[in-house]
Amino acid sequence: MNNAARQYIDLLQKNRALFDEHAAPVLNALRDEALAALKQNGLPDKSREEFLHTDVSQFFAPDYGVNAARVNRVNNPQEIFRCDVPDLKSRLFLFAGDTLCPTPKPRQLPQGVIACSLREAALAHPDLVARHYGRAARLDDGTTALNTALAQDGFFLYVPQNTTIEEPLQLVNIMHGKQDFMAVRRLLIVLEAGAQVRLLSCDHTLDKGKFLVSQVAEIFVGENAVFDYYDLEESTLETRRVSSAFIHQAAGSNVLVNGITLHNGCTRNNYYVSLDGEGAETRLCGMAVADKRQVIDNYTFIDHRAPQCTSNELFKYVLDDMATGVFNGRILVRQGAQKTSAMQTNRNLCSTKEAHIYTQPQLEIYADDVKCSHGATVGQLDNNALFYMRSRGIPEAEARTLLRVAFTHDVIDMVRIEELKERLRQLVEKRFRGTLDKCAGCRICQ
Amino acid sequence: MDMKKENDSTHKILSDSQNDAGTSEKIIQEVTSSDYKYGFVTDIETDIIPTGLNEEVVRLISEKKGEPEWLLDFRLKAFAHWKTLEMPHWAHLDIPDIDYQAISYYAAPKKKESPKSLDDIDPELRSTFNKLGISLEEQMKLSGIAVDAVMDSVSVKTTFKEKLAELGVIFCSFSEAVKDYPDLVRQYLGSVVSYRDNFFAALNSAVFSDGSFVYIPKGVRCPMELSTYFRINAANTGQFERTLIVADDDSYVSYLEGCTAPMRDENQLHAAIVEIRAHERAEVKYSTVQNWYPGDKEGRGGIYNFVTKRGLCKGDHSKISWTQVETGSAITWKYPSCILAGDNSTGEFYSVAVTNNRQQADTGTKMIHLGKNTRSTIVSKGISAGYSQNSYRGLVRVSPDADNARNYTQCDSLLLSDHCGAHTFPYMDIKNDTAVVEHEATTSKINEDQIFYCNQRGISTEEAVGLIVNGYAKEVMNKLPMEFAVEAQKLLQITLEGSVG
Repeated sequence: MNNAARQYIDLLQKNRALFDEHAAPVLNALRDEALAALKQNGLPDKSREEFLHTDVSQFFAPDYGVNAARVNRVNNPQEIFRCDVPDLKSRLFLFAGDTLCPTPKPRQLPQGVIACSLREAALAHPDLVARHYGRAARLDDGTTALNTALAQDGFFLYVPQNTTIEEPLQLVNIMHGKQDFMAVRRLLIVLEAGAQVRLLSCDHTLDKGKFLVSQVAEIFVGENAVFDYYDLEESTLETRRVSSAFIHQAAGSNVLVNGITLHNGCTRNNYYVSLDGEGAETRLCGMAVADKRQVIDNYTFIDHRAPQCTSNELFKYVLDDMATGVFNGRILVRQGAQKTSAMQTNRNLCSTKEAHIYTQPQLEIYADDVKCSHGATVGQLDNNALFYMRSRGIPEAEARTLLRVAFTHDVIDMVRIEELKERLRQLVEKRFRGTLDKCAGCRICQ
Repeated sequence: MDMKKENDSTHKILSDSQNDAGTSEKIIQEVTSSDYKYGFVTDIETDIIPTGLNEEVVRLISEKKGEPEWLLDFRLKAFAHWKTLEMPHWAHLDIPDIDYQAISYYAAPKKKESPKSLDDIDPELRSTFNKLGISLEEQMKLSGIAVDAVMDSVSVKTTFKEKLAELGVIFCSFSEAVKDYPDLVRQYLGSVVSYRDNFFAALNSAVFSDGSFVYIPKGVRCPMELSTYFRINAANTGQFERTLIVADDDSYVSYLEGCTAPMRDENQLHAAIVEIRAHERAEVKYSTVQNWYPGDKEGRGGIYNFVTKRGLCKGDHSKISWTQVETGSAITWKYPSCILAGDNSTGEFYSVAVTNNRQQADTGTKMIHLGKNTRSTIVSKGISAGYSQNSYRGLVRVSPDADNARNYTQCDSLLLSDHCGAHTFPYMDIKNDTAVVEHEATTSKINEDQIFYCNQRGISTEEAVGLIVNGYAKEVMNKLPMEFAVEAQKLLQITLEGSVG
């Protein structure tokens, strides 16, 4: 076991009572098992195939502060609030690190919907939470084991049968403060049969300190339910983020996951999608725009367990300066999962010599009546297209920006929230023009 | 391996999902009952040393072969390093534990003296070759291929040696090369695959028994295709041959390697090393048709084929091309690779891997782009049937200095039953912004429309499947030299007999 894991194990063992006191029994019940798993596996480093190019244990190595006593760090939530999607009518939840802040004038949600902090839900509906909490997360991954061992709070969403929430739900997660800080956040989302929800989660960092976000989302999508999950990150070079989403899909369900990294430090995103019921459909896409020394590592695992499921994967990277991009996409088609259709595409633009891309698509297929394909490319902007534009009077820099924006468009087009789509287009364009850092609400450049 | 367990459980639940086409059921039945065509044992007196591996054995092998001191040193260093290593387990293979102490590391056909002409060769041995369809006489008279037949590790007879000698081409067994051209061997041995490279390379470097050595001098275009036939004959012996091919400036050679093994109960280990070195503007084409014994229907017996093959495009404008047709072996685990060090050098890899019954294959290639304007092409076709597992694993690495590198990779898998598996694990590490790298992979079963179309025109399903599979593999088969292409095509059909025509 590596030293990085040791400090958290010690921390938990010494302060166990404090952790338990400020969490709910349902969450406390899993601590021992998670701790044992963490002791056994440690935090993943490059010796593990899935983490070949990013030493995630190093993310955890510094001594961050953990808010085990749940001290309220925010007096006025409005002060730190920041949202980059204007005109978006959404039901908003604001997280300061790992604590859900009370929202003024919350919008009404349909009857039966539970949307609150995980701790609150675990105390009010212990059976419901216990039925799902920890059922999807895989403890063999050290980062998830650590999250489970330390988790005290997070967000809980329950949508009853055949209920549609029209307005998107938005989680705004803000990392701020003068001290280095580690946020341990847990999302538990349960959609009963026929429910429909769109969830937008935005991670922002406001201050210059060293921050680490450890997030585990467990998402259960019932029969014929429709769920959109937009996972946006816009943070700083000093921010480390390890996020895992475990998604279980019942028959006929439809899930869209879109992970967009516009600015970050070092990020590792895991997306595990398990297609458990017949006819389930998944669209998993992602995009990363990285420069400087940013590292963005996306790991996806789509597990086709049932027949007639469809999965469609599209990931695009634009890398500049000394940025590193990693894409590891695994598709497993189990025996009996006949009539599966699984497509995966990964396209990458490298703009400098120092920018590195590691891409590793994997197909593991144990059924014969399937259509599976993957394609991966690494290349540059099309010289012919550049020439064409320049011959029509568009300056080279402008032409490059246009082509890069166009390159990312098909990932943005997957978004099913119009306002967000529009805003993302603008943000990406700003990003390519190098003006994104100066956006409203950011305290860093002021 | 936990994936396997999970898989088994789903298999239990879903095993009744029937293949709708009744004919393919029948066809699969026929496949599984088809026998290994090359399963016969030749009674030749062999000189086998006792099983086990220790420093004494390494010294004994070296002594039996009358090797110079430096080669013994090389072996001992390799053995010392091997002892520090553990067998790797990352491959998508289910490998039973191998007891390295239960293997005999040397088996040579007993011979008083080396043969002077064909008449000196043991008639038994010659009839073995005849059964294999590579009678030396025929080969010499008709096809003009120079054959270096390696049977259980010691080269028996190399044909056409004199004719090649006129051009300065050296084509002989490795032991002869050690005796006759020690400087060349010493210079290049281990220069592409170091004994520190991996577990099996270290093992081979310690105990290799024989193999082939080829040297093509400057500016020579080798007039004939050089061919070696490997065959594992004695039970419980591992075959550890070593091939070293050096193509000097502006030379060209095409090298063929064919492998078969008789039917045996115990698994036999085959851990070979092939090293290729291409100098300025040299071109080497290396073709393999591998048909070691794959084990019976239940997966008993068969060869473990764990081979390290690597080519170094040392000079500018050099080219190395690997073509392989893998139909045999219980477990195939190899990645013929190219290190493209010279500017404008080219690497190619064409592969057809067929697995049936309980066979397992984890094979592919590595293309390491180091020089500028280097190009590589990878075409891999996997066909899995029965309960077999077939994986493609490949690496394309473009280093920061390899400006304008270009790679194209295509790997397709064809599935012929609902119990088999086809997997692709490509790795792309790109560290240069001028690189253009493309990868495509598809997995599917045979298109029913195509079969229907053939049926409609009076072609039986069996024949139709044969046609489709042959068409599917054509791209690779076309890269084989003529003499081999015919044999490879036959092999493809025998391996999948019934199911694919």
